[in-house]
Amino acid sequence: MILTVDHVTSYRYAQPVRGVVQSHRLTPSVFDGQTALDWSVSVSDGLKGGGFRDGAGDWVQGWSVPGPVSGITVTVRGTVRTQDLAGLLRGHREAIPREAYLNDTAPTRVDAALAELARSTDGASDPLDAAHRLSTAVAGAIAYKPGATRAHTTAAEALALGEGVCQDHAHALIAVARHAALPARYVSGYLMSGGDGSLGEAAHAWAEIWVQGLGWIGFDPANTCCPDDRYIRLGSGLDAQDAAPIRGTARGPAAEVLDVAVAVQAVQQ
Amino acid sequence: MISSFNEMYHNGTVRPPYARLEDWTKAMPAELRQMKQAEAEALFRRIGITFAVYGEGGDPDRLIPFDMFPRVFTGAEWARLERGIKQRARALNAFLVDVYGRGEIVRAGRIPAHLVYRNEAYEKAVAGFVPPKGVYSHIVGVDLVRTGPDDFFVLEDNCRTPSGVSYMLENREIMMRMFPGLFRENRIEPVDSYPQLLRRTLASVAPVKCDTEPTVVILTPGHFNSAYYEHSFLADLMGVELVEGQDLFVEGEFVWMRTTEGPRRVDVIYRRIDDAFIDPLCFRPDSMLGIPGLMDVYRSGGVSICSAPGAGVADDKAVYTHVPDMIRFYLGEEPILQNVPTWQCGKADDCAYVLENLGELVVKEVHGSGGYGMLIGPGSTAEQIAGFAARIRADPGNYIAQPTLALSTVPTFVEDGVAPRHVDLRPYCLVGERIELVPGGLTRVALKDGSLVVNSSQGGGVKDTWVLAE
Repeated sequence: MILTVDHVTSYRYAQPVRGVVQSHRLTPSVFDGQTALDWSVSVSDGLKGGGFRDGAGDWVQGWSVPGPVSGITVTVRGTVRTQDLAGLLRGHREAIPREAYLNDTAPTRVDAALAELARSTDGASDPLDAAHRLSTAVAGAIAYKPGATRAHTTAAEALALGEGVCQDHAHALIAVARHAALPARYVSGYLMSGGDGSLGEAAHAWAEIWVQGLGWIGFDPANTCCPDDRYIRLGSGLDAQDAAPIRGTARGPAAEVLDVAVAVQAVQQ
Repeated sequence: MISSFNEMYHNGTVRPPYARLEDWTKAMPAELRQMKQAEAEALFRRIGITFAVYGEGGDPDRLIPFDMFPRVFTGAEWARLERGIKQRARALNAFLVDVYGRGEIVRAGRIPAHLVYRNEAYEKAVAGFVPPKGVYSHIVGVDLVRTGPDDFFVLEDNCRTPSGVSYMLENREIMMRMFPGLFRENRIEPVDSYPQLLRRTLASVAPVKCDTEPTVVILTPGHFNSAYYEHSFLADLMGVELVEGQDLFVEGEFVWMRTTEGPRRVDVIYRRIDDAFIDPLCFRPDSMLGIPGLMDVYRSGGVSICSAPGAGVADDKAVYTHVPDMIRFYLGEEPILQNVPTWQCGKADDCAYVLENLGELVVKEVHGSGGYGMLIGPGSTAEQIAGFAARIRADPGNYIAQPTLALSTVPTFVEDGVAPRHVDLRPYCLVGERIELVPGGLTRVALKDGSLVVNSSQGGGVKDTWVLAE
């Protein structure tokens, strides 16, 4: 499939700020399942900073906008050819050992209820089966409901609430997988939604679980599937913040208003 | 009581390096000694050096007691220590480059993967990155104890930002001012080149994008930090700027410092701030101490950070037990300095041994410091030992145990004259394009009679440390 992405993020400040600095993971991952045909990221009045491929294989790009500035716009446009690999992250180069993805962070910490949920692996035939069971269990325990949770909601809180969005599903799956001794990580990217709303946001997130013999495999509990050719992968981390496509800060005390518009569409062939 | 090696009096005679000091103490009447001690204290107060060593907390305005009786090494003793310390610094840096690279030592099964990659100090943000000259730890503080004429043990390594070097410099300065005669009679190797060597070391690891004489700065968390005095002291002696996070900013591909003449590019940052706080866009987002965007500049070769983020994975108490193996693995050499044998209570066999022999061991918390939360078996009551045993059983992974070492003693001025007191030593090894070690270090002394705890928070003091020229 060929997907186009049109992703515009704008920040407006109540008063001009002295400058803005951002760190982006906004470039499609390099692996067998996707190829960027064209891709551009621009920041209004921005100075491109240092860029590098990190140990997880993500392209990280720094940006800065000298002040005073009262608003900035980050525009991502591109076309990606995708292929359905049933969630397999085949041909992806990375340097971080899988053990590092057993480390906990605050949003993925396991409480008693998550530990209980992790017991859905009992009787699993192999790690792949265990991973599928965990993804199904998380999908069943947390209903998709936008607005029910916030950016800082933890996996434990979302499970207690029984509702959440893709970020909560991913955090919960990561938490239970690590509890079951399976390395797991958060993945941010894009999704061509089905149009019926069932697939959630076009700016999407899911989890990857490391399975012996197969490597990293994507699981999207929000959509009870593994990522296929409707997905574009950008980057990964221990949790949502660590994998965030944009991390940034403004120098100055001004309140910030954020506006995001994302469209992911299939090119008719 | 365990019998200790007395560094001055051994087998009934004065050891040669201390020969001239015997006459010196004998010739000093009590009144003069008290006067000199008061003078030393006044000097320390005037200089403002009152911080707690090694970030031990406690009253920041409290003076660490300075003992005027120097600790002395012969040139030959030092030569061996120097080789051992430099060897260790090379191995620790080779380990860091390896574990953030291919991880050969883990693949070879010489160190378990979880000790490295599940370590709190492992920073996956720097995986795959080799800092300039392949150096992660630019200042290695190796804590040493002595148990005999030729027996030295490494207690721990400090690969991040070991503090206390200002004491090494100040103790010398004050001794030279108060007892100039001693420095005429003894040929003592100078230590005052340390700031310039540190500056040269930092400049030698300038980033790849730096094409001019590098600008070096010291980054401090601020004046409320217990070691702020040391930060400003070193900046002063090195002739570099002392900055806080808010004085620096990222623009384009570089880090800049605000100055009255406009922004100036910064090439090398000697930071005295923990990894977690240096860049809110990479680590803790709530940090107000760091520089947003710093890590992107660092990883793309626009600035160097010393010590390099992630260096802490080499100086953990559990990783420590593997340092001799690192030396063999990376350098193909036998360790010149020994580790203290260490039992890890997280291992069932070790734990059983420790619980059976608590009365003879020193038990420490894995992440403890400052001499708190430890048990020194000999000298503890049966009750104290039983209480500690319960704590170990409740959380074995949190404890390690070592034999109680008979730390060497050095004569020390006490209430009624001179008496032996236990000491340790922290030299500061500099690693850049070259490896340098000034002949000296910080000697800490347990001022309480019989005490083996040299930490300043537990009644420890400091001494000037001499290395005699051959």
